[in-house]
Amino acid sequence: MSNNDQAATTGTVPASRQKTARKPRRSRILVDFMGSMSLAITLLVALAIASVIGTVLVQNEPYTEYLMDFGPFWHEIFAGMGLYQVYSATWFLLVVGFLVVSTSFCVYRQSPGLLKDLRRYNLQVKEKSLLSFHSSAAGDLDQPQDEFVQHAHRVLKAQGFKAREKNSDGQTVIAAMRGRWNRMGYLLTHVGIVVICVGALADGTTLLKINEWLGNLEIETRSVPISEVPRSAWIPEWNPSFRGSVEIPEGASANVVFLPMREGYFVQELPFRIELEEFRIERFSTGAESSYESDLIIHDPDRDEPLRHTISVNHPLIYKGFAIYQASFADGGTRLDIDAIPLGAEALRELEVPGRVFQEMDIPTPDGNTRTIEFINFQVENVIQLLNEEGVRENRHMGPSFDFRLMDRTGHGLYYRNYKRPALQEGAMYFLSGVRESPADEFHYLFLPADADDSLDRFRTYLAMLHKPEVRNEIARQVARDDETVPNEQTQAIASTTAELMGLFAQGGYTAVHNEIERRVPAERLDDVRDLMIRILHAGLQGLYMEVLQDEGVVSIQEEEQRFLEDTISAINAISLYQSPFFFHLKDFEHREASGLQIARAPGQSTVYTGSVMLIVGIFLLFYVSYQRLWIIARRREDGQGTHVTMAGTSNRHKVEFEERFAHLKRWIIDQQNADDGQKTTGSNTNKND
Amino acid sequence: MSVPHEALDFERPSIFRRIQLRDWAYFALMVATGVIAYSLYGHMMDRYDVGGLILAVVASSWMGWFWRPWQAYSIIVGSLALFSIWMYGDDLTRGETNFWLNYIGSGQAGVMWMSVMLYLATAAYVMGLFSSSTFPSRAGAAFAWVGSGAGLMALLVRWREIYLTDPSWGYIPVANLYEVFILLALMTTLMYLYYESRTGQRTMGAFVMLVIAASVTFLLWYAYDRGAAEIEPLVPALNSWWMKIHVPTNFVGYGGFAIAAMLGVAYLVKHRFERTRPDAPITHRLPSKDALDSVMYKAIAIGFAFFTIATVLGAMWAAEAWGGYWTWDPKETWSLILWLTYASWLHMRFTKGWRGPVMAWWAIIGLFVTTFTFLGVNMFLSGLHSYGEL
Repeated sequence: MSNNDQAATTGTVPASRQKTARKPRRSRILVDFMGSMSLAITLLVALAIASVIGTVLVQNEPYTEYLMDFGPFWHEIFAGMGLYQVYSATWFLLVVGFLVVSTSFCVYRQSPGLLKDLRRYNLQVKEKSLLSFHSSAAGDLDQPQDEFVQHAHRVLKAQGFKAREKNSDGQTVIAAMRGRWNRMGYLLTHVGIVVICVGALADGTTLLKINEWLGNLEIETRSVPISEVPRSAWIPEWNPSFRGSVEIPEGASANVVFLPMREGYFVQELPFRIELEEFRIERFSTGAESSYESDLIIHDPDRDEPLRHTISVNHPLIYKGFAIYQASFADGGTRLDIDAIPLGAEALRELEVPGRVFQEMDIPTPDGNTRTIEFINFQVENVIQLLNEEGVRENRHMGPSFDFRLMDRTGHGLYYRNYKRPALQEGAMYFLSGVRESPADEFHYLFLPADADDSLDRFRTYLAMLHKPEVRNEIARQVARDDETVPNEQTQAIASTTAELMGLFAQGGYTAVHNEIERRVPAERLDDVRDLMIRILHAGLQGLYMEVLQDEGVVSIQEEEQRFLEDTISAINAISLYQSPFFFHLKDFEHREASGLQIARAPGQSTVYTGSVMLIVGIFLLFYVSYQRLWIIARRREDGQGTHVTMAGTSNRHKVEFEERFAHLKRWIIDQQNADDGQKTTGSNTNKND
Repeated sequence: MSVPHEALDFERPSIFRRIQLRDWAYFALMVATGVIAYSLYGHMMDRYDVGGLILAVVASSWMGWFWRPWQAYSIIVGSLALFSIWMYGDDLTRGETNFWLNYIGSGQAGVMWMSVMLYLATAAYVMGLFSSSTFPSRAGAAFAWVGSGAGLMALLVRWREIYLTDPSWGYIPVANLYEVFILLALMTTLMYLYYESRTGQRTMGAFVMLVIAASVTFLLWYAYDRGAAEIEPLVPALNSWWMKIHVPTNFVGYGGFAIAAMLGVAYLVKHRFERTRPDAPITHRLPSKDALDSVMYKAIAIGFAFFTIATVLGAMWAAEAWGGYWTWDPKETWSLILWLTYASWLHMRFTKGWRGPVMAWWAIIGLFVTTFTFLGVNMFLSGLHSYGEL
């Protein structure tokens, strides 16, 4: 691509390259076009723009997501243009291919001239042409010609120049050059780029695309068990390059990987079977992950014994040219022992639910219906960062949690996340359950207060009692009777109101209570009545609580117990929004994880690395070796007393430094004096070569 | 350089003759440091660590020979860092109780000193641009030296502090945005000081230090507003030997590009002033366009060379960590775009011989692409490099 380079370097030297005067042949025009700077720059810009598109538009998402984002019209167009996989789109590969071809042409066109530059010293120069150089000098010396020539050679040699000499007609021409490696820099960089692209192309999906195009392969877009994937989506073992992934649960094994392709995938066969023995997450004391590790066992028919190896992030296993990486992890089907606590009259009943992550099961609800629970995920450890009172970040270990979805018959339902252990919240312990409408939303939390034993017993007892009409009536009577401010004749009425309000509250929280009051009471008296009613309700709820405590044997009520009641009331109020007939309490679990492995075969890798090394070496040669040429013509002076010297030089880099160097050369060669002291003749970049 | 009078001085002294006693002494010091480090901690090193140690000794010695001010710089910074580490002992809380650590020698304090010094340097250089005296610029250079030194000391001490926080965390402090911003500021300053000492053009500082001051401002905001200075354990993806070489190499690249862009600004200012106010003193005070162009080229050249190495190292690391040397991750892609930007710049200069305002503008635009590659990708695009998030 440095077509003008030589012209600039060699200046007005009578060029041997006068071929352009000939009428160009058609092939020559093609070579010129393909190797031209303008084409190369155009392609570079095209490549850059395409690359930008690929980073702005998130790549390789499921097609349904694109469809939602862009609508059917643009989705069709974008998909058609391959914008969802820009970097493997045919047109993109064509641009890269063109760039490779263009660079190759450039190298092809430039190399002869370059190689000639390395060998040709060009001894045909004339004094006149030398004097037209930017850096040139002339002078008369008393020294005899042969002595001068010797001197000049010594200086040139000492300064790292390689020189050639020609004598004719009593005139000596010395042509010298140094920094020839600079010219190699050009070749290395450009050939390096070509080599990198070729290597990368070998590792790309081109082969698969061709096979797809030939009809040998067909992508699978459905999410089905592997046994149902048709053979047309299977790629045999011979495929030399691929990168895919597979998720293996602990104790299970796989001998295929899935190669993502557009909106679907291929199934790549492996010549061995990978078993996952165990997956581990190592943690720092803060709870942050320090390492992800998988103990693998490779079962290969070629081996007598299976190979055991532990991989971790940054430490893959390379087996038979297949690189196996720790890429991700997921739940592998953890067993969950769950107690489904009915949030109603039967709150004290035990309902064992044996769950497993990724499974669904039907659960009969107390009202005779059925709900379906789908276990989505399990987390063995949750660490959240909080700001403590001093504003310092603090890690809070929340313990295990599991995610599930609870659906009614129509398949609608909310998403939940329940924590196994109670968590400390503003000084008290709560069982937490997050609920949200879709996985994209934030969780809203239900806080169920834990009692002194970190259990739900007290809450369950209270809830169960509150839901029983006979208990409510009994408590309401007691409360009304014990209240000395209530006149005797009103005791009955107050008691029945209390019981009724408690019933409403149990069913629908404060909302139900307020709605009922609004329904019954005229608007102008609403405020007074509402306050009174809430006071009555609270008295009833408090009375029930006293009963619960009494049954437990608690006699005096501390601040702690009072707070528990408030939390209980808040929780029961929130249950109506929680939309689940149960609180699913995780009693125990058997953790089973799955490791996400990425498996790749990249035969072009060493080619790419070779090209990269060429590129880097080339860049340094180009930048830090300057190619310099020097000519000296010495002839006997007209007066016959000494020598007339003409010299000129040129460099393709660092013009300023070269001028300085040329001035020194002139002083040494023609003036035969020392270069100025204090001048930096060495130490600058121009001197670092040879 | 000493010249024997009986001979002309064209005989190029060999590298060993050019090196003086002090250079040998420096080399010996570096080797001794390496040997001591190995004898103390060799049992904890794997072969990569030993390779890194040897590389550090060689690189530092070479830097000292190539650019003598590096000798004093590295010795002073190294000594101060060692002193701080010694002050710490094995108790991190001394950072608050010990006077030296609290006010000067801890990682945090060092960063503050760096910030203050680099701000002062910026102010002094800008004053120098408007003053007929060379004093402000010389003061600016002094501030810049101290600032860069404080930054390097801070990083070295922080390295130890990470181990003190929890020995199992230990990693080189180039793992998050806060740390690499320190690296960027000190590295760019140092590279600038090199060009200043080579060319003697101090007015360049008024431009280059502006971008450094901007990065310091970001650093301070990031540290105070986001509590980014907190030492945290490393995410597993970064727990690799490659990080030690990939990240610093990258920042030589970014530093070079930043310097080139600011010299582009200086170039455009000079270009404009030459036409509009040819007789104004400030016009004369600015370096010649040729000089600016020359340093701009050199900064881009070193930046490009190191950025290429960094990208290749990144690819090799990616091959080990992510299962592919090139996965078109947004960071990778933007690195390619950045690389193409400067590759085109260099082609235009080499083959078309372009100089002047267009190239200056190009270098300035290049800094925007650099900034996006460095920060924008992490802020706006998702990808595997997401650990640098704001």
